Amino acid sequence: MNRRRWVLGAAAVLVFVFLYAPIVWLAVVSFNDSRSLSRVTGLSVRWYVELFHDSRVLDALGLSLRLATTSAVIATAIGTLAAFGLRRAFPGRGVWTILLSLPLVVPEVVLGVALLGFCVKLAGIPLGFGALLAAHVAFSLSFVVVVVRARVAGMDERLEEAAADLGASPLVAFRTITLPLVAPAVAAGAAFAFLLSFDDVVTSSYLTGVGSTTLPVFVYAQAGRRGVSPEIVALSTLMVGVSAALLVVGVLVVAWRARRASPASTFVGHVRDQ
Amino acid sequence: MARPRWVVATGLLAPTGVWLGLFLLAPLALVAQFSFATRDTGVARAVLPWTVRAYVTALDPAFLPIFGRTLAYAGATTALCLLLGFPLAWFIARHSGRFRTALLVAVLVPFWSSYLARIYAWKALLDGEGLVNRLLGAVGLDRDGGFLLTHGAVVVGLTYGFLPFMVLPLYVACERFDHRQVEASYDLGHGRASTFFRVVLPGVFPGVLAGSLLVLVPSAGDFVTPRLLGGVDQSTFGSVIDDQFRGGNNWPLGSAMAVLLLVLVVVVLVLRGKRGEDVL
Repeated sequence: MNRRRWVLGAAAVLVFVFLYAPIVWLAVVSFNDSRSLSRVTGLSVRWYVELFHDSRVLDALGLSLRLATTSAVIATAIGTLAAFGLRRAFPGRGVWTILLSLPLVVPEVVLGVALLGFCVKLAGIPLGFGALLAAHVAFSLSFVVVVVRARVAGMDERLEEAAADLGASPLVAFRTITLPLVAPAVAAGAAFAFLLSFDDVVTSSYLTGVGSTTLPVFVYAQAGRRGVSPEIVALSTLMVGVSAALLVVGVLVVAWRARRASPASTFVGHVRDQ
Repeated sequence: MARPRWVVATGLLAPTGVWLGLFLLAPLALVAQFSFATRDTGVARAVLPWTVRAYVTALDPAFLPIFGRTLAYAGATTALCLLLGFPLAWFIARHSGRFRTALLVAVLVPFWSSYLARIYAWKALLDGEGLVNRLLGAVGLDRDGGFLLTHGAVVVGLTYGFLPFMVLPLYVACERFDHRQVEASYDLGHGRASTFFRVVLPGVFPGVLAGSLLVLVPSAGDFVTPRLLGGVDQSTFGSVIDDQFRGGNNWPLGSAMAVLLLVLVVVVLVLRGKRGEDVL
């Protein structure tokens, strides 16, 4: 039994090595003093300096951040409503479920060319922020619904009924009971939506307009000529660094709270909330 | 006061329905329409004589190797993701205690880097001068020119890119799985292999299906990874569609191929049947 657990742990470690090897390598070459990504010739921070002086990269980054934030907010808001809509059986739920799983399975290239044709030839939507927003909300909505719906399905309805019995109006019950219970899932859905939008290349590459290029599309266009620039490697290193730091803080907070929470019930409640 | 349940539900679903109707269904319908149009309909909305010529071209035997290569890449990627994702998901769900959420997030952390930076990282690791080749050289297993521009490189790149889509649904399934079933199976005299195939696998099957679908579809449509990591003839279905819209300017042919890819997806979705539904 123990040996099997050990083997499983070793396998998990190997998969993590696979996941992190390229990232660690990116971090190393981001301090390289040449453009090469395969051989480290010396150490320097020049790519970080150049990154913060490259207005095209910064503009694209700004647009990507605005787009990802707007798209995540919209997708999370309407996706959460939809997840509640699917909570109980009603005629037509099957059709809705199919519609909502569609964005998960439409290949990105198909969505991209379809929206390109739609915006240019039918709807007259100019390419750029609006078209990108339409696409990004459309493909991240389903992920929000999947994540939030799983949480809603696992919720104890008696809590809400109790609130109603105690005289809470539906709105108050929703705000004080339901919302705190689904909040972790809503946050996870929002993070997912942000990430999907922020990193999208394929669909976005059809929908960017003149002067409104997202960072991934800018990088892709640039990479075609000269390979990916070390500035982008530096930027990626920064972003992974920040998210890894947030993760470490999160882990420390969990460990600290678990140690502080003396009554077993708090602890159990906390673990269950995970 | 007592509004029928379906009215409330439909009201909650309406914003999503409007958005998907406008920006998913309508565009897809338009693509279907394009696929029957004659080439170069120009800017006009009107459909020139309806024709199935685009489909005849798309189903030309010349495209068969591309189709096959796409399926092979996507299939190999899905298999590899399952192989790597299952132990990881099982470990996180069963053995990681209160650090479970942290480990799940740790799976996602690398994906805050740019997608292209990750592909280029693999490019750098796999080329002739790259770390992988040098490490293998130390034990005499290196390969002239490295592993770049091989089918293996493409599958590794795709697997890396889509692994989280496999791990997350698998994790959900593993977490829901009641582990007492395994003990019951041992108690009833089943061995390890038999327990795995007759108890564990059916138990987490919805997760396997959902994860496979989430990996199979994007890896079949992706053209960036094969273009950057693959060899000279690296066309996949996705890149051929891309060529028709960006380069070749043959929208009807590109649309017909997009429709075919979509049909393939729907077939997989139908084959999946009822069992995957509660995860996806």
